[in-house]
Amino acid sequence: MIRYILGRLLSLVISLIVASVVIFVVIEIAPGDPASFMLGINAQPETVAALRTELGLDVSKVERYFAWTTGMLTGDFGTSYTYRSPVSELIMDRVVVSLPLAIYALILSTVIAFPAGIYAASRRGGVGDMSVMGATQLGVAIPNFWFAMIMVLIFAINLRWFSAGGFPGWDKGFFGGIKALTLPAISLALPQAAILARVMRSSLLDMLGEDFIRTARAKGLSQRQALWKHAVRNALIPVLTIIGLQFSFLLAGGIIIEQVFFLPGLGRLIFQAISARDLIVVESVVMLLVFVVIVVNFAVDIAYAAVDPRLRTQA
Amino acid sequence: MKGLWIGIVLTVIFLAFALVSFVWTPFDIEAFDIPNKLKSPNATNWLGTDQYGRDILSMIMMGARTSIAVALLAVGIGMAIGVPLGLWAAARRGSLLDELIMRGNDLIFAFPSLVIAILITAVFGAGAINAIIAIGIFNIPVFARLTRGAALSLWERDFILAARVSGKSAFRISWEHIFPNILNLMIVQGTIQFSLGILAEAALSYIGLGAQPPTASWGRMLADAQTLVSFAPHTALMPGGAIVLMVLGLNLMGDGLRDVLDPRIRVDRA
Repeated sequence: MIRYILGRLLSLVISLIVASVVIFVVIEIAPGDPASFMLGINAQPETVAALRTELGLDVSKVERYFAWTTGMLTGDFGTSYTYRSPVSELIMDRVVVSLPLAIYALILSTVIAFPAGIYAASRRGGVGDMSVMGATQLGVAIPNFWFAMIMVLIFAINLRWFSAGGFPGWDKGFFGGIKALTLPAISLALPQAAILARVMRSSLLDMLGEDFIRTARAKGLSQRQALWKHAVRNALIPVLTIIGLQFSFLLAGGIIIEQVFFLPGLGRLIFQAISARDLIVVESVVMLLVFVVIVVNFAVDIAYAAVDPRLRTQA
Repeated sequence: MKGLWIGIVLTVIFLAFALVSFVWTPFDIEAFDIPNKLKSPNATNWLGTDQYGRDILSMIMMGARTSIAVALLAVGIGMAIGVPLGLWAAARRGSLLDELIMRGNDLIFAFPSLVIAILITAVFGAGAINAIIAIGIFNIPVFARLTRGAALSLWERDFILAARVSGKSAFRISWEHIFPNILNLMIVQGTIQFSLGILAEAALSYIGLGAQPPTASWGRMLADAQTLVSFAPHTALMPGGAIVLMVLGLNLMGDGLRDVLDPRIRVDRA
């Protein structure tokens, strides 16, 4: 197990290094010098040069790469060109929206998918199974941002249960914040729930063919009892992997949903930074998202191996 | 079987939309007709009009062209690079090259694709070409992995052994014997990736990073509809419906093709 973790850890570090190099290089190729962009076309060359020094742009690319990465390791993400404030502060302000949104959506997607998947598996081939499977077919075909617009149309504009967008801030109360995130979280969760329900169903069906289920049946348990008592727990292993992977989809998918609901999250920050060519912000937020995704995948791998020793040999 | 046919019919309808739009659309989508703006679906404009009075059916037909072109080319990139990489890795199983190819694939898999697509289009400019590249890159590891996995099991088979004994090189075996045998698998996966590509293109153009005006795209129609949805819901419902039907059609077709082309799975499912 230790060897497996070390092996995974090594590939985690390599992934992070390669990811940071790729992101840095892509941003470096981007046309336009931030200093000249900030000062406008009429700026004096001396002023631009001074600003370049201030922003740390006058050193070699290699030095800048190391300054960026070592800075991030100590929590220093650099200073935004446009906001003139530390990128870490900007990120912290937005994470409190994006992260709860992703977690909320993950919970919803699990709460919807588990019963749906288990129900479909227990009614295999029946009307209930067909309906759930049909619904999931539709669920994976619906773009979440379009679903979000439909939700706004129904629940915000027609029924007026929720506001159509915006975020009051957590200091205005927990409930208000949760309410503002509800429609976005549902929109994010639905397509993921469809995928998860399918995985849950097929994983359960695989389990139902196993010997230990036959043993349970031979002991006198009904098919449904065997399913609940033995199959569900074992079927969870592949389902957990998918949940781990979904977290990254939800975090990244949130970028678009935030646009629909005008939520002040990381997605909004990225888009504002892109249009202002505030590349240090883009660079750092993208790196942060990639970091989270890679670390979550790593955690899922480890959890998976802890549950199922057979997987440890694949390191 | 029913699913396959529904899928094929839906897909063919949208392909026909895209093809017909090259020669004919009910209305000219570049001509503004402000007096007729935001009309609900009616006898003249079957799917209604948008905020400039343009016919939504015509725009959906033109948008089908963009979506299909972007998604198809992105699948093309994924196959053109991924399949040879997978074949190569399988032919050199266990070598450093195999290891490098597969680790590189893992790395691309680990990236949140949407974030990277945003990064690419943000830095190199928004537009259809960059959207194709951004989506295409993430198709490469999908095809490389699938190809390698399928090719590895084929390399164990007797007919490959026969080919090796007769003196064929690994390259010729991969091309003449392995590739034709994994083609079915690629068609099925290609259909699935095609549908994911349609969704990705819609998402990118919705946030303004896809095809730029005057090229029509479903995603941008939805972005435009966002402020209009409260008093003209059809502006959002129609293009969104088009995306759902197209993606649904491709998925049904993919599932159906898998059942037809891979008899082993059909037995398992029975």
